[in-house]
Amino acid sequence: MKKRFKLEELDCAHCASKMEKAINALDGVNSATVNFMQQKLTIDCDDDSFYEIMDKVEKEIKKIEPDCSIVR
Amino acid sequence: MSKKQKKELRLIIIAGVLFIVLEILTVVPICPQVFNNKWISMGLFTVPYLIVGLNVIKKSIKGIYNKQLLDESFLMVIATVGAYITGEYAEACAVMLFYQVGEFFQQYAVKKSRKSIKDLMDIAPESAFVERKDGSVEEVFPDEVEIDDIIVVKPGEKIPVDGTVISGESMINTAALTGESVPRSVHPGCDIISGCVNGEGLIRLKAAKKYEDSTVARILELVENASEKKAVTENFITRFAIYYTPIVVICALLLAVVPSTVLGNPLSWIYRACTFLVISCPCALVISVPLSFFGGIGAASRNGVLVKGSNYLELLADIEVLVTDKTGTLTKGVFEVNKVEVMPGYTEDEVISVAAVAESMSTHPIAVSIRNYWNLQLVSDDVDNKNKENSAIPGNTANLKLKSDNLIYTLKDIQNITGKGLKATILDADQSEHTVYVGKRQLMIEKAVKGFSDVSSEAGGSTVVYVAKGNKALGIIYISDTIKGEAAKALESVRKEGVKSVVLLTGDDKRVGDYTASVLGIDIVESELLPEEKVAKLEEMINANTGKGKIGYIGDGINDAPVLTRADVGIAMGGIGSDAAIEAADVVVMDDNLMHLGSVMRIARKTTRIAKQNIIFALAVKVGVLILGALGIANMWAAVFADVGVAVICILNAMRMLKNQKEKHQ
Repeated sequence: MKKRFKLEELDCAHCASKMEKAINALDGVNSATVNFMQQKLTIDCDDDSFYEIMDKVEKEIKKIEPDCSIVR
Repeated sequence: MSKKQKKELRLIIIAGVLFIVLEILTVVPICPQVFNNKWISMGLFTVPYLIVGLNVIKKSIKGIYNKQLLDESFLMVIATVGAYITGEYAEACAVMLFYQVGEFFQQYAVKKSRKSIKDLMDIAPESAFVERKDGSVEEVFPDEVEIDDIIVVKPGEKIPVDGTVISGESMINTAALTGESVPRSVHPGCDIISGCVNGEGLIRLKAAKKYEDSTVARILELVENASEKKAVTENFITRFAIYYTPIVVICALLLAVVPSTVLGNPLSWIYRACTFLVISCPCALVISVPLSFFGGIGAASRNGVLVKGSNYLELLADIEVLVTDKTGTLTKGVFEVNKVEVMPGYTEDEVISVAAVAESMSTHPIAVSIRNYWNLQLVSDDVDNKNKENSAIPGNTANLKLKSDNLIYTLKDIQNITGKGLKATILDADQSEHTVYVGKRQLMIEKAVKGFSDVSSEAGGSTVVYVAKGNKALGIIYISDTIKGEAAKALESVRKEGVKSVVLLTGDDKRVGDYTASVLGIDIVESELLPEEKVAKLEEMINANTGKGKIGYIGDGINDAPVLTRADVGIAMGGIGSDAAIEAADVVVMDDNLMHLGSVMRIARKTTRIAKQNIIFALAVKVGVLILGALGIANMWAAVFADVGVAVICILNAMRMLKNQKEKHQ
């Protein structure tokens, strides 16, 4: 399942690429891109554990940029 | 400016004023006992430092907690604390201050460019007004519109879904989709596409597609996906950024420890190490390179060209060989019969009637032109509608009655001979049955038809259709297509953008191909190619191409989808109406104006140039300051400039891509 989310307060481009790397490394994520300019996360991940994965994704994002949050 | 930004600006100003006052008090001998006392002075400078840097400190603490030790904020705090330790507290304060000023500008510039990009992509309709059966009008979201709903579009509104005008007249502005600034006039019966802006008149239209299948939704989908296909340069930067920070930090550690054990004077070396930490964020590159590409894609779409990914923008900039299709690409694709040459013993009517009846099921532009010339009408067909659609497919049988000048003809059987023409069985007006051949000379040779004269020398760029009944030659029909007015100029403009040779691949006769090539100054012509031969030819060229230059193919996507896919960059013309073209191509020129080709190549080259400038500039400054810093020549001020100053300059440079988006076609 491929989904797009808006990221709020994504202020650092370097962090965006760090997030992208961290999210891609999560189990169940097939591919993910974080677009700094559009402030968007595009994620393709397993359907069954979608919500669990998104919780993990949120955690990773908070770790890298504490102010940033996913709108979902 | 957001609330957060305003607050930051206030803190920067307060800290800035305090800092200047303290500096003056230190320099001017008003009360030297107080201000030149090391400890008092240190305490005083800590006030503006904390005012402006508290957020950074907070963030760095969170970073430590989250094990993000290479976080920018954390490194800044270490660097300034290091400066404090070495006794440079005024400088530590200044560095924090200017770091925040730089960050502020950076945020501002990013916000600005985000907005420009958003405006650029702003073609999505917000709502649709649906007229219900009782005459009431209801406002709904575009995706709630059903097919066949009646939609009312007021002046100045965006067309929400693709549809057909049923009442009202207006001028619609297609600029956001096609880059064409002259509005198009619409009246009942016209098909219009979503995303265009309605002009002065109120129009009612019948929805032909749902929102998600409409042009605007498909374009937005493509643009959204475009940023996922990253350019080689972008990937390089991402990889580079991963290694850059750790390497600089390790160098800083080594610099702080190793030389001082040999040379002594540890404080000086710690200070130098701190300058390293200030430069350790690769932000300038990480922001500005994708921004350039994003701006490039945006600028192209403003000009009516969809580029499906940053990587294609990079490839476009490198095109050296441009391969082109003829019909519908270089020519208008509108054919007209301009001459019928009749073999002795027959009449023009006989020639044209055979051809028109035989071609009556074909949608090929040449067939249409023959039918139009003879004014053929369909009387009845024995096949149901479903079959009728299919009967254009080779081998299908039909049983059509056709009428012209009160003579009735029946088309009994047609067989399409791909790339050569067709064979048909027809019943003449006098009920006699004949097998006829209509097509290229090659077909006539294969079927052993004799008696054709040579093609007249006046033929020029006309397409020639041979007509035969059984094995007897009836005549030759000359059909011409007009070369687009802007074609020559457009090819000239792509040559200015680095295209070294233009190759024409066409299914048409050699004579027609050569004629077109000579008019337009095309370098190489390959004629009489079947669709699969076009792919083979292109493949040959790709295999033979060992240089850096790329091979681009431009076609209308109608029967050359495989070629579009195979080329390094496939460019489809007039893609706005053709789903197949949008699917197969990497770059879609929305209308069929060839001048867009030069524009998009210019945009592509400008984009890659800006991206390269930024990379070289940022790396040169950073490496330069690192070296000078290690030697003790560059101080922390220079380091702050190399960090945030460079980032701001690079963003400003990248933002050039977002300005002057409108290319001028003279």
